[in-house]
Amino acid sequence: MGSAASAADTLVDVRDVHYAIGGRPIFTGLDLNVRRGRITAIMGPSGTGKTTLLRLITAQISAQRGEVSVFGANLATQGSDAIYALRQRMGMLFQNGALLSDLNVFENVAFPVREHTDLPEVLLRKLVLTKLQAVGLRGAAELMPAELSGGMARRVALARAIVMDPELLIYDEPFVGLDPISLGVIQRLIKQMNQALGITSIVVSHDVKELAAIADDSYLLSGGRVAAAGVPAQLRASDSAAVRQFMTGSEEGPVAFHYPAPDYLAQLLAEA
Amino acid sequence: MPNGILIEGVRRLGATALFLVRLLGQCAPALARPGLIIAQIYNTGARSLIIIMLSGLFVGMVLGLQGYQLLQRFGSEDVLGSAAALGLLRELGPVITALLFAGRAGTALTSEIGLMRATDQLTAMEIMAVDPLRYVAAPRFLGGVIAMPLLAAIFGVIGLFGAQLIGVALMRIDSGVFWSQTQAAVALRDVNEGLVKSLVFGIACSLVAVYEGYNAEPTAAGVGLATTRTVVTSSVLILLLDYVLTALFL
Repeated sequence: MGSAASAADTLVDVRDVHYAIGGRPIFTGLDLNVRRGRITAIMGPSGTGKTTLLRLITAQISAQRGEVSVFGANLATQGSDAIYALRQRMGMLFQNGALLSDLNVFENVAFPVREHTDLPEVLLRKLVLTKLQAVGLRGAAELMPAELSGGMARRVALARAIVMDPELLIYDEPFVGLDPISLGVIQRLIKQMNQALGITSIVVSHDVKELAAIADDSYLLSGGRVAAAGVPAQLRASDSAAVRQFMTGSEEGPVAFHYPAPDYLAQLLAEA
Repeated sequence: MPNGILIEGVRRLGATALFLVRLLGQCAPALARPGLIIAQIYNTGARSLIIIMLSGLFVGMVLGLQGYQLLQRFGSEDVLGSAAALGLLRELGPVITALLFAGRAGTALTSEIGLMRATDQLTAMEIMAVDPLRYVAAPRFLGGVIAMPLLAAIFGVIGLFGAQLIGVALMRIDSGVFWSQTQAAVALRDVNEGLVKSLVFGIACSLVAVYEGYNAEPTAAGVGLATTRTVVTSSVLILLLDYVLTALFL
């Protein structure tokens, strides 16, 4: 899939990336790419570096080896002004929404517009209300973030992420901790943003079922590399035991339920 | 490990100095948004007014009582006003205001910024291509630096009123004598000393509070630890700088 994608078609290109935190390797030669106009799912068990990958793509951290390119620009060679310019072309939805706690819903969505443009107040108001309407929260414009439920906060954050019309939208664990209704709403919105606005999307999650319903391409991370890639159906049909275990949510498989420990019986007897 | 503590101390000093340079670089752009700074002057300054005024009143009253007792022994209770004014203007005003500021406003700043870090608000700003140093840290730093001399001045005035309350209303020193002695003793140099001290303390306290919050570990325990560090570091710094500045002014 990756090799077939042409350069112009690729929005995010991660090549042979190595990254370690405190001597513990997170990535050992990670390769993946995200194609324009598609929803790419990044899956993997907890602790496989999904959030680290997002931090690499958004240039919060730099790869220790290898190359991360976004919009065709190698992030390692960009200065801070260029990084900020690139970031203006992307939006990100944080797991907890990350709404600014001292601003109300309207001002939160208006924040990036106020910071980056001189849009007249009348137009700004129309723009923000349009985005809030798109996520169904126009009526909540005057509420403070503390008054919102988890699902509502995430929808406001989504409105804020799309208010500058980004080309790339990144979702960090968008389904975690949501009730079935909110989950369905977020799922529908991700698809809608992609189809109606043509936004390229990266969705990082471990919710296999929800992702399979919306993703065009999928990557499964394991052991610091891509363990499997393809459309969700290809992943399910994989002959790798690790991939099958993750896709079916089975306790049996290469990823052990028990954290490495000394022999159970020996330890119990020794402590008696 | 004394070596480890020393190295950690030097590392933090260096990190704070680098942070200050980056922060100062963002102060000019932050000045273009006076609304944000005024909001912070309100948060750190206006909201500290009650504690500053109450403390000033009591410190002034204690100064009045102790000063009167001492000066009466030498029959010079008339100079109570000048003693209280000089003490408040040059020492007690800036130092106690700064200590109260560190405890009231400094901790609030640290925990607020620390919680913004813990809830990804600062990261979200970076992703939105907005520098949190310019939007969050610089206005809070400038707000604190502006608020501190104002608070110290208010503390001094209320303190002098407290000393006058004891000296004139309670101990029956002649009001005219009290105020004329005060006026004669206080020179512009004394006012300058108080002003410079409170400005320097304002810079030190605000820098420590903003730095600790900005670099707090993004957990509940991390924010708590950073808040404690703000009070401890600020208090020690205030007393140390007070000695240095007093020595320079003498």
